[in-house]
Amino acid sequence: MVKEKAVKNQAVQFKTSGKRSVWSQLPDIIATCAAWSAALVVTGVFVWILADVVRHGIGAISWTFLTAAPRNAGREGGIGPIIVSTILILGVCMAVSVPLGVGTAVLLSEYTSAASRFGRFVRRSLDVLAGVPSIVFGLFGNAVFCIYLGLGFSILSGGLTLSCMVLPILIRATEEGFRSVPDDYRMSAAALGMSRTSTLLQLLLPAAVPGVIVGLVLGIGRALAETAALIFTSGYVDRMPGSLADSGRSLSVHIFDLSMNVAGGDRHAYASALVLIMILVATNAVASWTANRWLGKRILTA
Amino acid sequence: MSHSRTDAVLVGTLRACALLTGTLVLFIVLFLLVESAPALRQVGVARFVSDTAWRPSGGAERGQFNLLPMIVATTLATAGALVLATPLGIGSAVFAHFYAPRGLGRLFGKIIELLAGIPSVVYGLWGLVVLAPLVARWQPPGTSLLSAILVLTIMITPTIALVAGATFDNLPRSYLQAAAALGLSRWRTVGGVILPAARSGLFTAVLLGSGRAIGETMAVLMVAGNVVQTPHSLFQPVRTLTANIALEMAYAMGDHRAALFVSGLVLMAMIALLVGIAEVLSKGRLYG
Repeated sequence: MVKEKAVKNQAVQFKTSGKRSVWSQLPDIIATCAAWSAALVVTGVFVWILADVVRHGIGAISWTFLTAAPRNAGREGGIGPIIVSTILILGVCMAVSVPLGVGTAVLLSEYTSAASRFGRFVRRSLDVLAGVPSIVFGLFGNAVFCIYLGLGFSILSGGLTLSCMVLPILIRATEEGFRSVPDDYRMSAAALGMSRTSTLLQLLLPAAVPGVIVGLVLGIGRALAETAALIFTSGYVDRMPGSLADSGRSLSVHIFDLSMNVAGGDRHAYASALVLIMILVATNAVASWTANRWLGKRILTA
Repeated sequence: MSHSRTDAVLVGTLRACALLTGTLVLFIVLFLLVESAPALRQVGVARFVSDTAWRPSGGAERGQFNLLPMIVATTLATAGALVLATPLGIGSAVFAHFYAPRGLGRLFGKIIELLAGIPSVVYGLWGLVVLAPLVARWQPPGTSLLSAILVLTIMITPTIALVAGATFDNLPRSYLQAAAALGLSRWRTVGGVILPAARSGLFTAVLLGSGRAIGETMAVLMVAGNVVQTPHSLFQPVRTLTANIALEMAYAMGDHRAALFVSGLVLMAMIALLVGIAEVLSKGRLYG
């Protein structure tokens, strides 16, 4: 064990001998240039976009902007009701998807062998679900929640549509959390004659909480970023929502509307984008901190 | 006794959860089929590719339902973005893993993660305000296939880089050590050992990226110009399948609405095709 670690920590040295001719080194030089320039392009674009959003957005952000209601189609005023709607949509989404997702993850990781037909079916269909375009979720949510279940354009419809969307991410991270619990726990519990229920609730679930948190935070990130699935489910109304049955505009829909449909709305679109990015960066930081600290493992965020 | 009873309830509940999440995707396809049935029945499948134009508001008789220009636009935008993003994404992952000094590599990894997390409307906003005017200065009108390709490239490069990076992480350490023991140079190691060994993971990365490009709605909607036509140059405005749904869903009725669900089905078919290809190529899970 110790020996292996020592080998791992030893940096691999590449040969960079000067004896070879320039021609034989040419591919190496080209490859190095290519790798560095790819990184430079990506970093450059990142800095460009971020600087653009910060530069245009920072001036408009104030406490009033964060709490006031939008006026004049969003050109003036603030984003108070929009932040409230966003939080409510997220709340509905998580209230539905967390129990479902954790339940599925527990079943997949604890009570189903990897080879079983049911487990394989669920995993495969979750893989496909993760690839479904968000606008298709929008169509589905509109047909099912808004019209078939009669919820109309409402925060409830939007949250339920998003909960379908975040399930794959949530389940994958939670499963990872359960997989990081050592097998000793399960064997000891079995040796002590604990029931499956108490093993799960008292032993495995507390140990897997970091995975659940990572999943939760990643799900929140995905839900916050979503626009296309929400336009036809939670709607456009920018008033303060009175209940979950009211239509409510999320932050991302607000950015879209301001930049596409409102002439002169760019300034507040940028400010809203900056707020959204700051929330996302904060959630991402929580996720990666939790993952590094507790899971000792990095979970893919894409 | 009561032990096994609660256990049975627990496992039953969990099974119900898993059954619900597992069949969700089937439900989605089912609902798309049900909602698009009127159009499929009254307009027929053939007219979605043989009609002369996309003018769906005249009802099944007088309306025109040609989806082909939008399918072409989606395909072209995705293909263009892939051509640019594949070298950029894989190059970035190679840089972070094999070329960058340690601290810089980690910083760069963080940048990639942040880029992957930026919402598509923000890319759209930037594309609309910054990128499209730049393209317009070169060749008006600016909102065009080229702008769509560029924005999509920026969006899927981090996806490709992250999945490629995860593949590099999972390669056996001994490959690198063996390459070093043979005295191979850095490029010989990367090009001759690492990339071939990571081939299937890299394919998965590209397929995931193309899935994201096909499904992307808001960013493309904001920069592509949204004229329904088969583009003859990079500078012409186009409308993709996803943008079409987002634009017309708000007022679509009857057969028009059903036709939009048909385009949803087309999107699902494209994604299913990608998953199928990934399944054959990598014999593994695409999104795992």
